[in-house]
Amino acid sequence: MTMQLIETLLNGLLLGGLYGLIGLGLSINFGTMRVVYLAHGDLIVLAAYFLVVALVPLGIPALVAAAIVVPVLFAVGWALQRFIVGWSLGRGILPPLIVTFGISMVLQNVLLLFATADARTLQTSLASSGVRLGSITVPTVRIIDFAVGVGCLGLLLAILGRTALGRALRATSDDADTARLMGVDPRRMYAVAAGISAATGAVGGVLLSATRTFYPTTGSEALLVAFEVVVVGGLGSLTGTFLGGILLAMAQLLAALWPGPSYSQVAAHVVVLLVLVFRPQGLLPRTAP
Amino acid sequence: MTEPLLRVDGLAAGYGQLQAVRGVSFEVAAGEALAVIGENGAGKTTLFHSICGLHAASSGEVVFGGERLRGTPAHDIVRRGIALVPEGRRIFPSLSVDENLRVSEDQQRRRTGARRWTRDRVYQLFPDLRAAAQRGGHQISGGQQQMLAIGRALLSEPRLLLLDEVSLGLSPAVIKVLYQALAAIRADGMTLVFVEQDVRRSLAFSDHLVCLHKGTVRLARPSHGSSVDEVRRAYFG
Repeated sequence: MTMQLIETLLNGLLLGGLYGLIGLGLSINFGTMRVVYLAHGDLIVLAAYFLVVALVPLGIPALVAAAIVVPVLFAVGWALQRFIVGWSLGRGILPPLIVTFGISMVLQNVLLLFATADARTLQTSLASSGVRLGSITVPTVRIIDFAVGVGCLGLLLAILGRTALGRALRATSDDADTARLMGVDPRRMYAVAAGISAATGAVGGVLLSATRTFYPTTGSEALLVAFEVVVVGGLGSLTGTFLGGILLAMAQLLAALWPGPSYSQVAAHVVVLLVLVFRPQGLLPRTAP
Repeated sequence: MTEPLLRVDGLAAGYGQLQAVRGVSFEVAAGEALAVIGENGAGKTTLFHSICGLHAASSGEVVFGGERLRGTPAHDIVRRGIALVPEGRRIFPSLSVDENLRVSEDQQRRRTGARRWTRDRVYQLFPDLRAAAQRGGHQISGGQQQMLAIGRALLSEPRLLLLDEVSLGLSPAVIKVLYQALAAIRADGMTLVFVEQDVRRSLAFSDHLVCLHKGTVRLARPSHGSSVDEVRRAYFG
């Protein structure tokens, strides 16, 4: 029983890396633009489809294909922001919600049209392999999820905390008008933030495709996870977002152990509810980066 | 006659039905200091925001160094050499003091030609800031915030510095330090346009003054020889 509990918590921690990563993109968009980017989940799934349906069948090795997907999604996120979402900013909270919701519907239907509703997954040797830690066996793919998630978090924190781009992004997030007085163009910053967000989503999409099966509508599920992760973690704090991902994943897997697998989704929602009631600012509220 | 550094010509700006600035005109020669005085609501801040592009003017023109600026976005205007020290200082709270300075300095990286201002020079001008360099922008005193706002503006390498309510809410000792620094900046050849509630200090620190009342210029004259009472009469309409 104890071993089973430890195994579940360890799996939750590792899966939390993927959840956290999925939440990071939403957190970046919200942190810089104060926009809940409703198409984020669909960008994740778009990346997964791009990888599994377009690149891998061409015989491109999965790792190389992943290295193509990430910059392409950066460009997609950048362009969507520059040419579509950007126009909806500064007119209240509703227009960007409607616009990103519209992008979400378009992406889902485009995927349905061109890739059909069939279940997909990335076929790799990793899917069935595991790593033995004492008497516990952990799926290799989850260890990769976690390592990549932590790596992305570290990279983002380094960019935001130590580079000129990061300073300009944080300044824009604090006060866009005053940032303009320093010579920073907020529209440019928003586009870069949306690009970075979509790129982290692409990394998440690649991992997702190797971790589970997905459909054109999986984006809505991914968005819900991302949203809950961000709310639990604390709006605008990347480290908090990541910890939120771990907490939610652990709650899901623990609930699947007891009372049973059908409770795992409910458990995540209950955690969100409890956080909203007892700690509405989230685990780590917004501070420095 | 040589072209002034800044020429504001019939500038009007407002918010919906409210016209805050109604046809304001004045000129500032390079190296000069101009005091803008007026009670709350006279249009001083709107005037400054229209000059530096934060607020769109409805008519009139701003000519800076011979270039027409109306319609130019704020982030381009600062690159052309107009910096605003905004009312309320507007320090970035989640950035440290040093990072607040660097945000401005970073934007000058691609600039060709000599740079006059560095963070080190700002720290020499305001030693208080050097001591607080690693503290958060929200953790420092009002006086330090004002020093930081001025230093941040200087790092954008302006030819014209607009200062909105520099001494508001600060102690006399801090105000003295700030004006000593501004005097040094001015002696270095900087052109200044500033809003200051203290009429006596405005007269003492400026070459010319413009008194705004309900969005129009009520009085414009050389500061030398103007009496405080005369200005106050214009000030209250």
